[in-house]
Amino acid sequence: MRDDPRLPSSPGFWRSPLRGPRFTSVLGLVLLVGITVLFVTGLVSYAAYNPDLSPVNDKTPDKGILGFYLFAWPTNPHWLYRLNQGVHVTLGITLIPVLLAKLWSVIPRLFALPPARSLAHALERISLLLLVGGALFEFVTGVLNVQLDYVFPGSFYPLHFYGAWVFFAAFVAHALLKMPTALRNLRHLREERNDLVTPRPAAPTVSRRGALWFVGGGSLLLFATTVGQNFDGLLRRTALLAPHGGGDPGSGPNGFQINKTAAYAGIDTAETGEEAWRLVVTGPAGTVRLSRDQLAGFVLHSSALPIACVEGWSTSDQWWRGVRLRDLAALVGYDADDPPDVFVESLQRRGAFRSAALRANQVADPRSLLALYVNGEELSPDHGYPARIIVPAAPGVLNTKWVARMTFGDL
Amino acid sequence: MRRPRIPVGSPFQLLLLACSFALAAYAGVRLLAGDWLGVALWFVGAALLHDLVLLPLYAALDRAVVRGFGARREWVSYVRVPAALSGLLLLVWFPLISGMVERRYRSGTGLPADVFLARWLLITAVLFGGSALLLAVRLLRVRRAAKRRPSAVH
Repeated sequence: MRDDPRLPSSPGFWRSPLRGPRFTSVLGLVLLVGITVLFVTGLVSYAAYNPDLSPVNDKTPDKGILGFYLFAWPTNPHWLYRLNQGVHVTLGITLIPVLLAKLWSVIPRLFALPPARSLAHALERISLLLLVGGALFEFVTGVLNVQLDYVFPGSFYPLHFYGAWVFFAAFVAHALLKMPTALRNLRHLREERNDLVTPRPAAPTVSRRGALWFVGGGSLLLFATTVGQNFDGLLRRTALLAPHGGGDPGSGPNGFQINKTAAYAGIDTAETGEEAWRLVVTGPAGTVRLSRDQLAGFVLHSSALPIACVEGWSTSDQWWRGVRLRDLAALVGYDADDPPDVFVESLQRRGAFRSAALRANQVADPRSLLALYVNGEELSPDHGYPARIIVPAAPGVLNTKWVARMTFGDL
Repeated sequence: MRRPRIPVGSPFQLLLLACSFALAAYAGVRLLAGDWLGVALWFVGAALLHDLVLLPLYAALDRAVVRGFGARREWVSYVRVPAALSGLLLLVWFPLISGMVERRYRSGTGLPADVFLARWLLITAVLFGGSALLLAVRLLRVRRAAKRRPSAVH
């Protein structure tokens, strides 16, 4: 029965002459490098939220030792998060054809009989379920999340973070077990014959080299229609299918990309008007309530900083103008040169980051502002009018918009 | 006489896999802490859906195209490549192209949500059109080469 070529358990069922250890090895080594970069940039992105600073920054508080590597997120270089997240999302999308081709190349082994030749082999096959399920789970949740399609069972952060660790555990074992074979397959000029090579090859319609070009072409097409969402102007127009590609939502100084609009966040214009809105700043010296006019009367500073989203899109540097965070800390009793952490609360009704914490090093940076203006104009409602936070190298969601309250003090 | 036993396999492999499972379990209990059934279904379902539905589906489609071309197998790629690239874009950007996230996308980002289907269709047109052009050039070259060497054919 094993050799009945009508059954997928028979090696003769699989007839593509492309399959073989070399083809699989090339794809495997590309994924080895690519997925390692995805894992590292993913962990770095988690650190960028400063999750150990305050519970509001941490969507995976029961992480245990999985947060062993966390560090105080720096503010230099100011494009650090933009680069990290652009690489994470763009590379992930680019690797999809490679992942699909890799899975195609080893599909005969899913059905191979006997199911296990030894205890070690049986465990390896169970591990492959974690590997394949984990890879697809990570790619699918990531691809859905950047398109705002929140159909997965739970919040994106814990699913993608813990899913990544389950996947990576299986990935490391797989890489260690298979890498020697993969490297040997690529070094030798003549291919070893193994179970991936069909005993009944069909007439070829494309060479192996052609098939690899085909996979690479798919990656190139996805890359070319995605990467532009990290740049402004003409380049953004090239990202034809990416969520923040194509063009900007508006024109003029406030025309750049928006993560969540004022309407979406539930901002009521009655609360942001000159009469109604007051910024409440609290510290050891007491509480200060400031109108927008009073804030505009402070010494204002400028900084050129991007908006960079966890979803893998970003803007180029925008020219922000406002009050330095460390000057606000000084207003409520701290030394401007040695400010503490700050807890920021927004007027917004919806969103996982209605409040956010910034660390002392972020408050101390002279480029960190409570911005009132952008590119020479008042902030628009969608960009956080009356006032918003802007901090170098911080993930977009920590640059709180529609700020209502700031509480300085060690968290 | 000893009875035949289940072979254990490489001890290195066993240790490595045990270590991998322990780490996966540590993260796994946290992954499953919420809607455990939903997450397990997504995790296993993703693998099953890929291996038992998506892959057989595109393999069968490809086989049908190859069979459709009959003796002219060398032309298969002119259909296969643009179709696969277009399908790949649809697979990755399906939520945007299908318009299923239209309301959330438009109200969240302030960007028009109804442009993705048109863009995907235009990219698909360019892919197939470009492929047709390449095929036409190739056929023209073959014909010219055949005309130039009439004596070669007897």
